[in-house]
Amino acid sequence: MTQTTQTTTRTVEPRPGDPKITPALVAEHGLTPDEYDRLVKMLGRTPTFTELGVVSALWNEHCSYKHSKNVLRTLPTKAPHVLQGPGENAGVISIGDGIAIAFKIESHNHPSAVEPYQGAATGVGGILRDVFTMGARPFAMLNSLRFGSLDSARNQYLFSGVVKGVGDYGNCVGIPTVAGEIVFDSAYDGNPLVNAMCVGMMREEELITAKAEGIGNPIIAVGARTGRDGIHGASFASEDLSEASEAKRPRVQVGDPFTEKLLLEASLELIRSGHIVAIQDMGAAGLTSSSAEMAARGDVGVTIDTARVPVRETGMTPYEILLSESQERMLVVALKGREEEVRKILQKWDLAAEVIGEVIAEPVYRITEGDRVVAEFPGTELVSQCPMYDVPAAESDEAKQRRAVNVDAIAERPEEKDPAWTLEQLLSTPTIASKRWAYNQYDSTVRTNTVIGPGGDAAVLRVRGTDKAIAVKTDCNGRYVYLDPRVGGRIAVAEAARNVACTGARPMAITNCLNFGNPKRPEIFFQFKEAVGGMGDACTALGTPVTGGNVSLYNESPTGAVYPTPVIGMVGLVDSLAHITRSTFKEEGDAVILLGDCTAEIGGSEYLATIHKTVAGAPPQCDLAQERNVIETVLEAIRSGVIASAHDCSDGGLAVALAECVMADREQMLGADIDVSAWDALPLRALLFGEAQGRIIVSTSNPDAVIAIADRLGAKARQIGTVRSLASGFTIKCASTTLRAPTERLARAYHDAIPTIMGASVQGLAAEQAEGVAL
Amino acid sequence: MKFGIVTFPGSNCDYDAFHAVTDSLGQEAVYLWHKDHDLKGADVIVLPGGFSYGDYLRAGAIARFSPIMAEVVAHARRGGPVLAVCNGFQVACEAGLLPGALLRNASLKFVSQPVYLRVEHKSGVFMQDYAEGDVLKIPVAHGEGRYTADADTIRALEDQGRVVFRYTNAHGDREPSANPNGSLNDIAGIVNEQGNVLGMMPHPERVVDPLLGSPDGLALFESVLGAVAA
Repeated sequence: MTQTTQTTTRTVEPRPGDPKITPALVAEHGLTPDEYDRLVKMLGRTPTFTELGVVSALWNEHCSYKHSKNVLRTLPTKAPHVLQGPGENAGVISIGDGIAIAFKIESHNHPSAVEPYQGAATGVGGILRDVFTMGARPFAMLNSLRFGSLDSARNQYLFSGVVKGVGDYGNCVGIPTVAGEIVFDSAYDGNPLVNAMCVGMMREEELITAKAEGIGNPIIAVGARTGRDGIHGASFASEDLSEASEAKRPRVQVGDPFTEKLLLEASLELIRSGHIVAIQDMGAAGLTSSSAEMAARGDVGVTIDTARVPVRETGMTPYEILLSESQERMLVVALKGREEEVRKILQKWDLAAEVIGEVIAEPVYRITEGDRVVAEFPGTELVSQCPMYDVPAAESDEAKQRRAVNVDAIAERPEEKDPAWTLEQLLSTPTIASKRWAYNQYDSTVRTNTVIGPGGDAAVLRVRGTDKAIAVKTDCNGRYVYLDPRVGGRIAVAEAARNVACTGARPMAITNCLNFGNPKRPEIFFQFKEAVGGMGDACTALGTPVTGGNVSLYNESPTGAVYPTPVIGMVGLVDSLAHITRSTFKEEGDAVILLGDCTAEIGGSEYLATIHKTVAGAPPQCDLAQERNVIETVLEAIRSGVIASAHDCSDGGLAVALAECVMADREQMLGADIDVSAWDALPLRALLFGEAQGRIIVSTSNPDAVIAIADRLGAKARQIGTVRSLASGFTIKCASTTLRAPTERLARAYHDAIPTIMGASVQGLAAEQAEGVAL
Repeated sequence: MKFGIVTFPGSNCDYDAFHAVTDSLGQEAVYLWHKDHDLKGADVIVLPGGFSYGDYLRAGAIARFSPIMAEVVAHARRGGPVLAVCNGFQVACEAGLLPGALLRNASLKFVSQPVYLRVEHKSGVFMQDYAEGDVLKIPVAHGEGRYTADADTIRALEDQGRVVFRYTNAHGDREPSANPNGSLNDIAGIVNEQGNVLGMMPHPERVVDPLLGSPDGLALFESVLGAVAA
């Protein structure tokens, strides 16, 4: 049904009062002249205003993936445990025992740039719906956030608004927010990234997809009423941000987490009831996109009557009803004759359900307003005939030069004579410092499954009724991708896998959120292609297929494009609760072992960015075979019961990772005596602060066993020191000097940095304002 | 023994309370729908946390008018045990089962973190398995947990030993930074005069399993089990 069938399309008279179609109106809808010609050819006539609106909603970048799809096809998506790959509301994997995990990540960048609180909140709402419409009960939220430098008041405002939006929404719905990452870099000035990930759980047989089926089945609108908010939100997300973006604030939707909670419970009850065949969120491009996509997946026709859609205000036109992005709405295809049962379930939750259309045999996508046809497209061409682009990709000379900079020649600052100074600087840089200020605003323990919450290498949640647990984490170092997209893409996947493995979980599968600039610029599309290529390399090598994700392009503000930031959301499986492992040292006297090796690399490091305000050089190499061996080693060692703690070594290098091991848990701080003088051939700063990949720090009471496992599995391993008491402090002996610092001093640098910037700490402020009453 | 766990629209800790009772305590539990008019034979009622009715208007203000609340209030007046946690505490105050009110946190931010509580008095049916001076580690997760009441009420609560939990540091010492929300007198939990209604902001139902960090909430459930069985 994909060939053009314009002869069957009926004439649709323009609706009285609708604007006339002009080249200017077409341009305003974001359609190129070629795309408009394509539309006219498909219809065999001039489109109506409603049809133009529908097409602009479906053919924008956000909904159509028209610049990215051909590249995304290269990613590995299959494995025996993948139950649902890309193309659905969320990906689904099996974890055995008949239990499946649904998960997906999505961006809400543009809305958050102009309205941080609602932008972030509705981002959380949308991704929750994507997961529970698969039949899964959401059980963990993550978020991956990027802001410009925290020195600016604007960025502090965006940071606190987004954190509050994420928290308020998830807290109210009652899904724990358990992990994520927050990065601050001036590359994100004016265009913050807000990516939200949701993970849900279900029995395998409860999996339901969004495929319209069954001629005569009713199409039902469920949940909140449709208003005029968010019209053209998806198109807004498909253009660069500019001074004028502020005027598009009304395109940002407003969230209602209470309705979401009711919708969640009602939807899961509906799905389990057997009265429905398909369910989909009315997300980006609202009713238009949900109905067209469901029809296309089922290869059936649909007819929708906009006059029957429950609306919030009078006088809404079909155009507005179709394009509204009012939140907390679902589209359901029910079994014919079960309308009453569906209505009853929704009534229990005080929600409305209205039959607004029908699945039909005639291959057509038809919109009516009462009896009047206002839009009609042949077959499923609206979706299948969407233009696809292969645009030129070429690395800019500037990028090549940036990578070729000899960063080793950058002179040290005088203060660096004392490496403890450098370490403290790095620990207090907001990207590395503790994010407790943010995650203490997220309920991370509701639903009582959270074994390791925010602040660990990855979050771990038990799977009730089994001995298993799920580990989840998001990761991406955009600076690496900016300097070398392919290597950066690999590292994003490898680091996420390493983080999950450090908790005792085998990496299983990923979802991804690809945040890039304007793809029509060859240097941006080069970044996109190469980064996706790098991700694919790593996913293949590490056995973690891609089950879906989201592409967010046009992340540009007047100051330029953001760092290319392909955020990876990784899910791992812990086979036994006894294997769950934390990142901080546990026992005085334990040996400290470094898995992996140190190198002379400092390109792209946090050290260069923070201490020398330099973003240049080649990022660290990513040897995927080594990555795999290190991951296998840590997993095998954990399973053998010889590991007390495991921590990924990443931003800020070895010294930062070791410092985190002694003071990230402020209630159980320890000391350490470390000796890395064996690497005497490496420059001191590369050894301490370089970000060589494929490294994990473990502590163990049985170093010989760990080293034997590493030898057997082909990973490098060397004992580098011993865990000491808090009182004995933190030392790293190098060939030329020794880094010494009291643990408490490092802890202050790490834990107090963000609260200091953001004003008094939460607790401190509370104390100031509390008035006592004499006992 | 049977626990009745009330589900308002927007409750989200009902599930945790249910599993604390069934999985960790080995007792029977039943959900009580807010539109219901009977307690289904429950011996102990739990008003769980969450955002009943979205906390629109004011936390707990609408939930108190739910049909089930008339039954819960009657149960409490008969001396039946009621555990009111977080949003449930707010509902209990709105319904007049407990004195005082819970205001926006002094920080104006939602606060989610483990806190330490000192057991002040073994007052009432939920406190019998604790010892005075015990320090418990229990998470809070709320935006409106700043307990307040007029000075006479506070004095009465203190004098009658009805302040059962107070925020302290890990050593059981009061200090300003240990109070997560600005509550008067570091009050974290109180009981009614008869001791059968306990309201608290921290979540005991989240800490009944050592796997999740602390089992310190379990004794609270065991206490009421012993008290009702006796």
